[in-house]
Amino acid sequence: MSVIDPSLRYRRREQGLMLLLASPAVIVIVALVVIPVGWLMTQSVYDNGFTLEHYRRIFSEDIYWRSFTLTFRIALMVTVLTLILGYPVAYAAAHVKRPWDVLILSFVILPFWTSVLVRAYAWLVLLQRTGVTNQMLERFGLISEPLALVHNELGTVIATVHILLPFMVLPLYSTMQKIPRELMLAGASLGGGPLHTFLRVFLPLSLPGVVAGLTLVFVLTLGFYITPELLGGGRTIMISMVVSRNVELYNQWGAASAVGVVLLVAVIAVFALVGRIIPLDKMLGQK
Amino acid sequence: MAKSGGERVEIRSASKIYGSVRALDDVSLDIAPQEFVSLLGPSGSGKTTLLGILGGFIQPSAGTILFGGRDVTFTPPHKRDIGIVFQNYALFPHMSVGENVAFPLRARRLPKSTYAERVKAALAMVDLAGYEERGIGQLSGGQRQRVALARAMIFEPRLILMDEPLSALDKQLRETMQIELRQLHKRLGATIIYVTHDQREALTMSDRVAILKDGKLVQIDKPERLHDHPANAFVASFIGEATLLPVERLGGDSVSLGGAILRTSRPLPPQGDLVLAIQTEKLLIEDGTHSPERNRFSARVTDIVFQGESLRVFLALEDGTPLSLRQPSHYEAARRIPPIGETVQISLHPQDTIIVPKADG
Repeated sequence: MSVIDPSLRYRRREQGLMLLLASPAVIVIVALVVIPVGWLMTQSVYDNGFTLEHYRRIFSEDIYWRSFTLTFRIALMVTVLTLILGYPVAYAAAHVKRPWDVLILSFVILPFWTSVLVRAYAWLVLLQRTGVTNQMLERFGLISEPLALVHNELGTVIATVHILLPFMVLPLYSTMQKIPRELMLAGASLGGGPLHTFLRVFLPLSLPGVVAGLTLVFVLTLGFYITPELLGGGRTIMISMVVSRNVELYNQWGAASAVGVVLLVAVIAVFALVGRIIPLDKMLGQK
Repeated sequence: MAKSGGERVEIRSASKIYGSVRALDDVSLDIAPQEFVSLLGPSGSGKTTLLGILGGFIQPSAGTILFGGRDVTFTPPHKRDIGIVFQNYALFPHMSVGENVAFPLRARRLPKSTYAERVKAALAMVDLAGYEERGIGQLSGGQRQRVALARAMIFEPRLILMDEPLSALDKQLRETMQIELRQLHKRLGATIIYVTHDQREALTMSDRVAILKDGKLVQIDKPERLHDHPANAFVASFIGEATLLPVERLGGDSVSLGGAILRTSRPLPPQGDLVLAIQTEKLLIEDGTHSPERNRFSARVTDIVFQGESLRVFLALEDGTPLSLRQPSHYEAARRIPPIGETVQISLHPQDTIIVPKADG
């Protein structure tokens, strides 16, 4: 006859309660992620019976390949640029005294309160042939011909970097803020010059934030739609636009689904690869 | 590790002003090579500010700092060649023990081939031989403390600053480390400046103790002198376990404590209100065997607290003024304590009758 340890029973009840607390989130994820993705996958291989025709076309037709490489190239550029621009901003915000950090972060977050559509049009005004930027450059005699700043890949990258910058700055800031200031003082007192201490102490400790920011920005750029649609000038066809055209122009739900599935698999593959090189989970879980 | 030889440290009229607050107010200190000096004071006394100025993290508003005769007032921290042990150790969490200890060597771009041997020697010095590969997270508080020490010593600095390095350890380990630090100091021969708010720690370890209050240096002296010759009421109350009682000047070498007349063998402060500082261990219960020159008076026992190796007896003078004495807990001594409520004859030797000025300075 076995006697149940009362503490075990208590622990089980506690675990049950925890599951109950998590259930609303689980239900939402199942309803809004698992089911749609499953539906997407079914759609992509079903067209009056099982078919791999959509996938065959993706891998044989040039336009798909070009869109995928363009999308990943833009995502990579945007990610690198947001890191280069965002790191110093986050560093400053994490190091200045009270009112100033709030000010810096407000400027970072402020664009969040404006719709993406409005911001995209604002960039159009700034960057177009007769826009503010070109007029200024011409007036100062720096250029004689207006630069093609928009309706191309460049315009897409500029606007996307602007829109996604907060997603880089905020995780960086939250990581940097937790790095004890004493560690920098220790580095200096032990003979490390400012650059040495930064490279050996601060930078490695800020890497979890870097990885989080890179991941967020990269994934978000892959799915960007409105910004490239408005600023790409019809020549910069990112993968989200291919999906939308398949649905809106050709009513090809199957083809659109297949593109979505390939993108999803590609993203997972990229992160699996990156995870092999850099131990992501270890860095994100670092105390 | 070779003896590095200590650095002479001179602090000349150092001040630091934050807005309207004088965190450090015209402090001058001369610290001899190889001396172990503690900066002791309550929080807000300026001791951490002074340490920051010595470390180069804080620029003084006025004054000069000299290391071995060189003016270092505006030298950045990484060019001062001083080892600092921080309160929370400030070990680099992403590096192993060995990498932490080797940091000063790497920062100075010394030849890599020498690292392993020097790290080994530094870790052996703090009894952590063979810990090179361990992660910081795997160490106990005491071990982290030792790693921080090894890291601060490895480049053989002539001056080591310590900012309450033992405050996070439990009492027993702290006392062991105090003795170890003392021995380490003798072996290294470096000058050590040690910040603490624990007077016992300061007295245990230091050659001299500097007492700070409200940004001012109140007194700097050998531990015994501080204990027996406090400069004023603040020092007397801060060092040891003293009761401060206002007394009236009777002229000559006598004062009056609530009617009882006490003689002192020390010169009275020339002017101002006077305070008697009685250390608990200097007050004895009379049994008729003590020398006749002692100041005798009577008090009522109000409470007796057993504290292990000793008993603390709380007393009240006839006018109700509270004071206390400490009696060893062995049978013969404890037997002399009368029960609560009874009156007892107590005495204080004129040599131990410490009269200090009431006001600071």
